[in-house]
Amino acid sequence: MDMALAPETLARWQFGITTVYHFLFVPLTISLAALTAGLQTAWVRTEKEKYLKATKFWGKLFLINIAMGVVTGIVQEFQFGMNWSDYSRFVGDVFGAPLAFEALIAFFFESTFIGLWIFGWDKLPKKIHLACIWMVSIGTLLSAYFILAANSWMQHPVGYRINEEKGRAELTDFWAVLTQNTTLNQVFHSFSAAFLTGGAFMVGIAAFHMMRKKHIPVMRTSLRLGLVTLAVGGILTAVSGDTLGKVMYEQQPMKMAAAEALWDGEAPAPFSIFAYGDVDEGHNKVALEVPGLLSFLAHSDFDSYVPGINDTNEALREKFGPGDYKPIVPVAYWGFRWMIGFGMASFSLGLLGLWLTRKRFLLPAALRTGEDEVPHLVLLRKPLGTRLSRLYWLLALWTMAFPLIANSWGWIFTEMGRQPWVVYGVMQTRDAVSPGVSTAEVITSMSVFTLLYAVLAVIEVKLLAKYVKAGPPELSEADLNPPTKIGGDLRDADKPMAFSY
Amino acid sequence: MELHDVWFVLIAVLWTGYFFLEGFDFGVGVLTKLLARNRAEKRVLINTIGPVWDGNEVWLLTAGGATFAAFPEWYATLFSGFYLPLLAILVCLIVRGVAFEYRVKRPEERWQRNWETAVFWTSLIPAFLWGVAFGNIVRGVKIDRDLEYVGSVWDLLNPYALLGGLVTLTLFTFHGTVFTALKTVGEIRERARTLALRVGLIAAVLALAFLVWTQAASGDGKSLVALVVAVAALVVALTANQAGREGWSFALSGVTIVAAVAMFFLTLFPNVMPSTLDADWSLTVTNASSSAYTLKIMTWLAAVATPLVLLYQGWTYWVFRKRIGTQHIAETAH
Repeated sequence: MDMALAPETLARWQFGITTVYHFLFVPLTISLAALTAGLQTAWVRTEKEKYLKATKFWGKLFLINIAMGVVTGIVQEFQFGMNWSDYSRFVGDVFGAPLAFEALIAFFFESTFIGLWIFGWDKLPKKIHLACIWMVSIGTLLSAYFILAANSWMQHPVGYRINEEKGRAELTDFWAVLTQNTTLNQVFHSFSAAFLTGGAFMVGIAAFHMMRKKHIPVMRTSLRLGLVTLAVGGILTAVSGDTLGKVMYEQQPMKMAAAEALWDGEAPAPFSIFAYGDVDEGHNKVALEVPGLLSFLAHSDFDSYVPGINDTNEALREKFGPGDYKPIVPVAYWGFRWMIGFGMASFSLGLLGLWLTRKRFLLPAALRTGEDEVPHLVLLRKPLGTRLSRLYWLLALWTMAFPLIANSWGWIFTEMGRQPWVVYGVMQTRDAVSPGVSTAEVITSMSVFTLLYAVLAVIEVKLLAKYVKAGPPELSEADLNPPTKIGGDLRDADKPMAFSY
Repeated sequence: MELHDVWFVLIAVLWTGYFFLEGFDFGVGVLTKLLARNRAEKRVLINTIGPVWDGNEVWLLTAGGATFAAFPEWYATLFSGFYLPLLAILVCLIVRGVAFEYRVKRPEERWQRNWETAVFWTSLIPAFLWGVAFGNIVRGVKIDRDLEYVGSVWDLLNPYALLGGLVTLTLFTFHGTVFTALKTVGEIRERARTLALRVGLIAAVLALAFLVWTQAASGDGKSLVALVVAVAALVVALTANQAGREGWSFALSGVTIVAAVAMFFLTLFPNVMPSTLDADWSLTVTNASSSAYTLKIMTWLAAVATPLVLLYQGWTYWVFRKRIGTQHIAETAH
């Protein structure tokens, strides 16, 4: 069959579309849950109204976002069986367990406590209501952890044996699956990238209000929180990316060679800035490189040997038999660069912002501003002019989606860089698809999902924009006087609910 | 009883939990057209399940994940075999979740009306399709020697399975109606009780026909007991509804669902998906299950996590125990 319409190709496209789309919402959900919980904690502790306003504002954006994350996640739970039945049969004994853990521990947590949080403003005492959003946050983290453990097993299978008689992989050590270094590093990298994403989101929206000089007290706090989150998230993303990269050099040298378009092994190996190659010929035509840097990134040593695509392909042929074991090199190469580029651009903007908006002793006394003033952006000793200030706010606004692009390319890189394997060294992707599902069926489902997701994206973005523009809500008496009893105070039985669908 | 038998029971428990809980919230979704006379009443209905529908739906995800882990072959055959019906269910669940969350977020009439229409259809369609799916599982489908489903989507739309679909649809609607009577106050509560009688009678007739058909085709002594319990509970639920005992009525309609699902699984055992082509090609608790080690870990998980889930989900229902009426629904958009 024509490769473009092969069930494997279509099933991969569908998985790619639905998963990348789902993951647009995941990192924002993870970070906004924690940030909202942090803001609400500040409200409970200090009783300053700006924190409650901030909680309500960011909480609303968080809810608009998590709704999409939840519903697109449903597909993920069933898609393995639908489109990858041979994969499911072969790995279910190992791969199913973390998914079941995720559902039974994390999903129940998340979904139950989010209901309590949304509807609980007038039903729960302040501290219990606060505990609910923290539970949601813990749920999001646990969920990400289990699914990353499952993915890490596909990247680097451990704790299993092959049962020849039954023709499948069987779990022998669940603890190893949960704690292998691939899992821990992927979790570290994904979590920090999630906070980078949430930080950039917060900064972008706060910048928008700074520019319009509206809702300043809430947005000043949000800007600060966002910038710190962005900077810390950025540093940790870089650090964890480096350690994850080193792990990958050991576990999947092909992926990393492809990430660098390093065709032939070198010692010392250079880091590629730009390359344009001839994939069929197996070499680069144009290459701009930093000598020795790749050796350092791979092994913390500027002179070490790094194997190339051609050598690795040869080694894999010897181990697994004839075939082509290289991924689509330009996708891996550019995916890797876009991941780093977009992520670090956001991080730099955050660092710059943190410096520009510095406070207290770092800033000359005359330039310090009050709670309800837009902070001066101070590069050295004098504030930036109106145009430059506006430029910074605009940049922050327009780049708030950069981490989303980086996240997407990160996943595309790591998943496509593993090809032709679905489980590295154990099962190839072409052997994983559902033999009984027809091309027509996959085309149907792919079109339906793509269309539905596109429509929902438009709806979601418009809704976000509406609530971003509206800014934080005014607080009511009821908001400031939460109930003292579980189930709500019974003073007025006919009082409207604080929140209703 | 070996571990794979335990897991057969646990999967049954998860589906039972799903149908019991999401059963009434599908029913409430259907009632937005059947019972509500205006927007305020629609909102009363939607808000009776507002804080809980998401948690209810996780029972499905857990059933899916647990089937993957405990019976990979079952997971693979079922979801690749029932591809298009499952796609329809997934699309409905996606739109339904968004509809609940987004409906109130804009004041425009068209926006709200469209999401309300969505709530109705995306509750009705899965309520029907789950019955069709389970009807086919019990009846058996074309499974070949590689444990692959080889029938077409039309094979799934046979009279028995379609009747199963009508049974789940009407039963869930009844369940939702008595739930509404239990959770609302004012005029809508009275009308819910009146409607419950009508829907309940239709559900009773359909369920009786379907369960007797099932019993005749593949039942035994145990499934007969489940059948009798299911039908008796439904009759008593109707009586309780007439007597104004709303709590009892809801509990008993729940018993009907539990007993009906139990009957499904009793007639199924030790198969999990029988083949109509050759009995040797059926998926069973032995040939579809995971290794002993995986099942052991899963059993520990279930033993620790399930009671906790029941505890905190139960607590949610207690927190939101107050009845609601139109007076509790604020005018403004959020």
